[in-house]
Amino acid sequence: MRFGVIRFPGSCDETDALDAAARVGEAVILCHADRDLQGVDAVVVPGGFSYGDYLRAGAIARFAPVMDEVADFARAGGLVLGICNGFQVLCEAGLLPGALLPNASLKFVCRQVSLDVVDADTRFTRECPPTLSIPVKHTTGRYYAPEPVNVLLRYAPAQNPNGSQDDIAGVCNGEGNVFGLMPHPEHAVDPLTGSADGLKIFESMRAHVEHSVVV
Amino acid sequence: MRARVLIRPKQGILDPQGQVVERALPALGFKGVRNVHVGRLIELDVDDPGQLPEMCERLLANPLIEDYEIVE
Repeated sequence: MRFGVIRFPGSCDETDALDAAARVGEAVILCHADRDLQGVDAVVVPGGFSYGDYLRAGAIARFAPVMDEVADFARAGGLVLGICNGFQVLCEAGLLPGALLPNASLKFVCRQVSLDVVDADTRFTRECPPTLSIPVKHTTGRYYAPEPVNVLLRYAPAQNPNGSQDDIAGVCNGEGNVFGLMPHPEHAVDPLTGSADGLKIFESMRAHVEHSVVV
Repeated sequence: MRARVLIRPKQGILDPQGQVVERALPALGFKGVRNVHVGRLIELDVDDPGQLPEMCERLLANPLIEDYEIVE
């Protein structure tokens, strides 16, 4: 299982994502200007402030050369995980439905949250327990979608940190191979820092890929 | 030619910036202020203003959450 983690100018969570992925498989960095995904089994679009988040969060990153490859990879059924700014990028790129708006409080939030796993029968959640403890840290995390979407994660009751519609914390596309979430699983990989629940998402992806290979 | 694009949050989507400004004005003694919304203005020189709608749809605005108005 080989993960590719994208690095845009302004990314800042790609090293943690690389470390998290490396705990469950191989992991390599993919540069924003690359037109080659190096044969990875899954792509992680990490958090940060790609291209300064100018105009709107994620609006510019979707034009990076590597994103053309990611879109082709996703259309071919490849697993794509977007975390925080990566979630915003995937929404702007049209690979996920909806959009992320500024937090209702207009404040940056940074805290550990409990997440309810709404659907545990997916490529990103099959190894997850019913609830996860994972941190959020963002200013633009209020999810909005005018149409019904496939919700995989919701903030637990009274834990919604940003005013997100229906407490939505993470959604996947109709095909089930592209997943975006505002919480940071790559920051929850070691009990020493509070929780290792984030690894469950990476382990779910590995389980799917390895199962697919056997079949 | 010089063009301006006005971008506004879509009606019905919570606009916390507008709400904060709406609450701040009475605090300064300005009465009778309602329906405040905060958007953004993009000014640009373009050779072909016919391309402006597509520019708005594809980059300058996110049509899912924002309305845009082109002022030439």
